[in-house]
Amino acid sequence: MKNHSPVMEQRGTLSPSPPPAWTPRTDPAPLLPDPRPYRVLGTDAAEKADPALLLELYDQLVRGRRYNAQATALTRQGRLAVYPSSTGQEACEVAAALALEERDWLFPSYRDTLAAVARGLEPVQALTLLRGDWHTGYDPHEHRIAPLCTPLATQLPHAVGLAHAARLKGDDVVALAMVGDGGTSEGDFHEALNFAAVWQAPVVFLVQNNGFAISVPLAKQTAAPSLAHKAVGYGMPGRLVDGNDAAAVYEVIGDAVRHARAGGGPTLVEAVTYRIEAHTNADDATRYRGAGEVEAWRAHDPITLLERELTERGLLDDARRQSAYDAAEALAAELRDRMNEEPVLDPMDLFTHVYAEQTTQLREQAAQLRAELEAEAER
Amino acid sequence: MTTVADQPSTTAVKPASMAQALQRALRDALAADPAVHVMGEDVGALGGVFRITDGLAKEFGEDRCTDTPLAEAGILGAAVGMAMYGLRPVVEMQFDAFAYPAFEQLISHVARMRNRTKGAMPLPITIRVPYGGGIGGVEHHSDSSEAYYMATPGLHVVTPATVADAYGLLRASIASDDPVVFLEPKRLYWSKDSWNPDAPSTVEPIGRAVVRRTGRSATLITYGPSVPVCMEAAEAAREEGWDLEVVDLRSLVPFDDATVCESVRRTGRAVVVHESGGFGGPGSEIAARVTERCFHHLQAPVLRVAGFDIPYPPPMLERHHLPGVDRILDAVARLQWEGDS
Repeated sequence: MKNHSPVMEQRGTLSPSPPPAWTPRTDPAPLLPDPRPYRVLGTDAAEKADPALLLELYDQLVRGRRYNAQATALTRQGRLAVYPSSTGQEACEVAAALALEERDWLFPSYRDTLAAVARGLEPVQALTLLRGDWHTGYDPHEHRIAPLCTPLATQLPHAVGLAHAARLKGDDVVALAMVGDGGTSEGDFHEALNFAAVWQAPVVFLVQNNGFAISVPLAKQTAAPSLAHKAVGYGMPGRLVDGNDAAAVYEVIGDAVRHARAGGGPTLVEAVTYRIEAHTNADDATRYRGAGEVEAWRAHDPITLLERELTERGLLDDARRQSAYDAAEALAAELRDRMNEEPVLDPMDLFTHVYAEQTTQLREQAAQLRAELEAEAER
Repeated sequence: MTTVADQPSTTAVKPASMAQALQRALRDALAADPAVHVMGEDVGALGGVFRITDGLAKEFGEDRCTDTPLAEAGILGAAVGMAMYGLRPVVEMQFDAFAYPAFEQLISHVARMRNRTKGAMPLPITIRVPYGGGIGGVEHHSDSSEAYYMATPGLHVVTPATVADAYGLLRASIASDDPVVFLEPKRLYWSKDSWNPDAPSTVEPIGRAVVRRTGRSATLITYGPSVPVCMEAAEAAREEGWDLEVVDLRSLVPFDDATVCESVRRTGRAVVVHESGGFGGPGSEIAARVTERCFHHLQAPVLRVAGFDIPYPPPMLERHHLPGVDRILDAVARLQWEGDS
């Protein structure tokens, strides 16, 4: 009996039948994205699209394009510290905003001010971060728009937590979280998708694959068949959509939102689009991509695609077109005027919102700054 | 532990451990407020690796005490979203060094969401972190990470040293509308104290230090796991003729300058004691604050007894690293006493 290991002794008592056969937890087949980005405009599916919706998307795209141009112009005038443009990506921005109900929540990244504006946020408030007079220029609860998030993908777990909390409270609220192709390499992307799937949280992840993370092309970011394929590994559906086809993006996001609201869990949507402008006004895109590539994408412009569809269906005449451009011009003019006003800054705000109650240390430092300001005013 | 702060209780007191007091605090918080949610790794059926959440999932359901996937950034990030929707998450990080993956969420979001939104979106999140050494833990299980948290504006950093404070400070942390990093000295989890679990002590306000032992010769300024060590040192110092005062900070942020400085002005000498490394550690800030405020009352430079500036040692060597009674008394001896040459 010596030298018998405990395992040897147990052997005779173990069940002779093998453990239960391994089965996949989730059938991967229905989770797989389409092999090619889903399109509506220029296909048979377009005929089923609601004309009023297409016109609303059109108005918003034209408005969004003008907003992007105006914001970029404001950087040149020194009115914005920086602007990461979503020119060329307006279909994603607009569809994301319109596919949500009022009670839903949007979690934008720094490039998604247009989505926030399309959801109803005042442009000046949306641009506070980029003007630099504060970090978040709005109360997130007002339009249910989380603060614009700069550290990549870090707002995705917030969307999961919020959606989870809403469900715990019995509210049928959906969270839509926006991230770029570069952001999918971040650990928070992985953790957020995993949490969402495990919790079956009502979240939609919208990846705008615009081809570049500043200068690094997608090929250096991932070897996945598509970013949408990543969903399958988490046990959630992945959807691949033409991000410049506003009707398609709206439909795919809308389906995902309804699926989430009905208790079906999260979806990962990859919208294939292109960043027409440089990363920001401070970037030089000619260092890492050729003009020919940009021109090819200009031919697949979201406004052009929708305009063609609307014109062919007789939904858009010159007058209707002009009214869209006039409205966009009015938005730009108002934005220009408002941004030309000097923001009112109170340096004492620096100490106001650090804690619910100021610590002794902050009270002392606030007193120091106040004294400095008073001395400055007397000079 | 005999303490100045302990009040005689009218009801039956019996020995209770810090772990029991923490568990009771979580239980009472869950019962008192439906917004409170406990979440973390192994906090459900297992009750946490230190058993602090023992029985909570059973009593309150898995939606209130949730086993999460094993991902600290995800845990804290999800807690941010939950707090944005009006919940009051209490997050458990399994060990000090396992909290590091959550640092980006902590620093870039938890600590500054109130500030980013001009007060519109405060995040009432409590992050419980078992910390410190002395339990024979292998690599990555014994860090004193408080300096990282202290250096991040927007966080409160709280650490109890007694059973009663463990209860009172954890309740206060959960009730706070600001994020609190609640550092639990893991080597005190099983320390017992007279405490009545049927009539838990009052909820202490965050940010007030307490004099654990009054004395006239010098002040030992300390917190968390080093408090009992300082009490022991103060007892041993009597043989040398020193009557040491011991201040338990309880809260590193906010820092209670008033209590600390009142003590140091009275004694004229101070030693800061903590396990964390000395260089850039909490003691650097404390010594600077005390010197700036009490310079003319000081009979000697403020000294520090801290862990060495080394990665936390392997368990068989950790006793050489941790500030002990002898090292504290050696520091006290260097406080330029009358008659010193």
